[in-house]
Amino acid sequence: MMRQTILVGLIVICAALWGCTRKNTSAVGPTPTAFGTALVESSGGKQIGGVGTTLPQPVVVQVNDDQGNGVAGAPVEFTGPRGVSFDPASGVTDSSGQFTTNVMLGSMAGRYQLGASTHTKAQKSVDLKLEEIALGDQERLGAHLDETYCNRCHNPESTPERVSNYDNLEVKPHSFTEGDTLNKMSDADLTAIISHGGPALNKSPLMPPYGYTLKKMEIQALLAYIRMVSDPPYRPAGTYYVQK
Amino acid sequence: MPSSTNKPSLRQILFGSPIRAFGVVSLVFLVSLAIAPAKNHFSEWRHYQNQYLSLIQGRGDAVTLRRHFRGGIQQNWLPELGVVDRCTTCHVGQKEATLTDVGLQPFRRHPVMAHNVDQFGCVMCHRGQGAATTVEEAHSSTLAWEQPILPARYTEASCGQCHRAPLAETPELNLGRNLLAREGCVHCHTIKLPGGDTMKATDDPPSLSHIADKTTREWIYAWLKDPQAYAASATMPNFKLNDDNVRDISAFLVANSTPVAGDAATVSAKPGDTTAGASLYGESFCASCHAVQNAAGNVVGGNVGPELTRVGNKVKPEWLTAWLRNPRVYDPPTGMPHYRFNDQQISTLGTFLLAKSDSDFLANVHLDPATPEQITHGKTLVQEYGCAACHEINGIKRPENFAPELTRIGSKPITQLIFLPGMQHALPNYISAKIRQPRSFGSSLKMPQYTFTTQQIDALTTALLSRTDRAQTIPPALAVTATPESTYQPAGKAGQLMSDLACFSCHKINGRGGDMAPDLSWEGTSVQRAWLQQFLKNPNTLRPALIRRMPKFNLADSEINLLTDYIMTVYQTPAFDRDSIDSSGDSRVQVEQGRQLFYSKYACQSCHIVDPKADKGYVGPTLTQVGSRLTAAWVYHWLKDPQSLRPGTVEPNRNMSDDDARALTAFLMSQRSGGRPGNKAAKVQGERVPRLEARK
Repeated sequence: MMRQTILVGLIVICAALWGCTRKNTSAVGPTPTAFGTALVESSGGKQIGGVGTTLPQPVVVQVNDDQGNGVAGAPVEFTGPRGVSFDPASGVTDSSGQFTTNVMLGSMAGRYQLGASTHTKAQKSVDLKLEEIALGDQERLGAHLDETYCNRCHNPESTPERVSNYDNLEVKPHSFTEGDTLNKMSDADLTAIISHGGPALNKSPLMPPYGYTLKKMEIQALLAYIRMVSDPPYRPAGTYYVQK
Repeated sequence: MPSSTNKPSLRQILFGSPIRAFGVVSLVFLVSLAIAPAKNHFSEWRHYQNQYLSLIQGRGDAVTLRRHFRGGIQQNWLPELGVVDRCTTCHVGQKEATLTDVGLQPFRRHPVMAHNVDQFGCVMCHRGQGAATTVEEAHSSTLAWEQPILPARYTEASCGQCHRAPLAETPELNLGRNLLAREGCVHCHTIKLPGGDTMKATDDPPSLSHIADKTTREWIYAWLKDPQAYAASATMPNFKLNDDNVRDISAFLVANSTPVAGDAATVSAKPGDTTAGASLYGESFCASCHAVQNAAGNVVGGNVGPELTRVGNKVKPEWLTAWLRNPRVYDPPTGMPHYRFNDQQISTLGTFLLAKSDSDFLANVHLDPATPEQITHGKTLVQEYGCAACHEINGIKRPENFAPELTRIGSKPITQLIFLPGMQHALPNYISAKIRQPRSFGSSLKMPQYTFTTQQIDALTTALLSRTDRAQTIPPALAVTATPESTYQPAGKAGQLMSDLACFSCHKINGRGGDMAPDLSWEGTSVQRAWLQQFLKNPNTLRPALIRRMPKFNLADSEINLLTDYIMTVYQTPAFDRDSIDSSGDSRVQVEQGRQLFYSKYACQSCHIVDPKADKGYVGPTLTQVGSRLTAAWVYHWLKDPQSLRPGTVEPNRNMSDDDARALTAFLMSQRSGGRPGNKAAKVQGERVPRLEARK
């Protein structure tokens, strides 16, 4: 009798636990009604935000079928490194086959690899990688200095408040995102060119020296910012350590 | 008792004989002695230090890193600041310059910053409990500790504890402080500054004492219902009033309004056509201060004055005419300049502005004549909602301490806060939620709904988090004080004229005024008299890339002379004499040398235009006629050190030698307008530039 009671009790507890866990997993978002075969980025990749802040634009991805048309009601899930949060993190695509989420980056400065995934009817996972940049304090100071001193020549795009001077220059300056060129230059070279102007590296004198205007710390911040936004990403030259 | 003889009790087993008792007591004693060392051995920080040691093992720089490593609890004690930090016990590698590739906390290298950790400690900036040696106690809020770690995005708040002036390094804090003053927060919330002053509002909410002269009750009704429906960029927040309350407040404001003499005017001139109005609006650079929403829905223009997208729905035509003739009749301290428009211009501009209206805007507002009960109720509401905290209203006193004081909000213990369900129990979350949606904390709260962006809310939260106990109590010697607010007012007739033209709305002089236009404190040293006179008569554009420019005020010659005399005499720098360099005797050789320096060594053409045909740079002002505009002494000293004459200017300091600066001055001063020798030089230079290019 005693043993039977214990057995029944155990079964009840197990059932309750199972029920609870089932409830938790099924409570996430509406159930998918359709499936696509491809996942593409619509907008929101490669944004620059601050640490711990929501990115200025939401991230939008689209689930496509074989013909490249958007699929409505397909499941999408976002994942990211620690500290990144999505609002919402998962759900189904809207009528145009798109899924929109607001991304809040973590509290560390750096590049964040975000993953979006959907799955086909056969439960095969389709993944998409996105990259976002979080500026720390130092890089944010760099961004501010860029806006004040560098942007007008180094950024070919104009805004109503700031007309670009890029087109007026005979020797075209490099955009700070031009990783292919800037990544090949060492920190010392870039510091020299910022401090002493183009002629320091036998380049155009149209680039004036800022070493007597900016503090050393400000030049370092500018450098940190340039390295952070370069595309492809900057990998410092020098010793690489083999992890055991 | 047979059982006791058969089975010895626990007590008998342990303490049955003296030897046994001694053994047991010794064992208990030894175990309890071992507790403390064991706790120490298994402590969290030791775990992290061991992890660090295995992390650096095998790296190329392991020897250096291990030499820098000091085991045990590390403490940083700064009695002057009241800081005791043990953070570096676990954050071992924060000073290691070579650890750039480690992305794992607590071993990340600290980014380069302005302050040294040994002098400032960690909790000054990051908050948290410095003396704690476990992760939980150091970072998170516990019952014993009310200051959890500050989320990274608000770190600038800590700079604001000591730095009372704006810093280039803290754009978010600066924005937040500006918003506190500009968006009207400090009208209701008192924020005391450490010096004893209170933070002052920089916006200028209009007086409502004569509002019936200016607008209709219907407009007031629609505005109070939803200010942003009238103007997307409106500063006035939404008080979420119901229809009856809005009806009563509008009834009270209109009934309470007193007329101002001369506040309604008509002009006999025939109304101008829209194109003439648009060009007069453009010529007068109204858009420098006023914004208009364009067809694409973007609000374009300045934010000094109110948005004018639907101004035709708002103002009465007679009031607008009087306002355009002289805004100081209705509102003496207004930031709007007194343009000397003639009747025709007033009519043209007035017609143009009144056409800026939306026929749907007031279509659904139908108000019956106000009853005395409604007016009385309106008055009660106006007092209840604290309208007079921002606006001047006849017969209603400005309420004191209308809203909670925010002087020490950054140190508010979270036990004193009431959080919403589901909200993280942290001060930054509370503050930002309060700003985002004040009424979500209770529908009876009076704080209105603002339309801040996420970035603005973050900035405001940062600025409020900087108002801590420490910010109030830090010894003055350790704080970086802000420059005191200037109340400079130029004297005499010229001063009156400058007030009339509202120069301070855009220009800063001796620390007072706006930052839209150049600082004029040393204008007298900088420019030549004839140029200034000409400029005031017809301001031309020095910087083609700017969209905000000096308007033409249609000044009389006597007014121009008065203003020029005053500026030339009073606004002089003490650093040098404006006549100390005479460029009239400069030789051709010197001018030629300056030209070479301009185009090759210093490549000034990347930002400036001297020859309009060849040069294209337009970051800095055009220099085609600089020899007729600036004084030689100013040009020389500017070239030597631009920042000393205008702090924060984009032009870099080139560390120029005296000779180079003098030669460049000679070249620039040779760039004159109209039939002077400089013009010939400009022609010569037109030929030279291609040759320089060819050599490259």
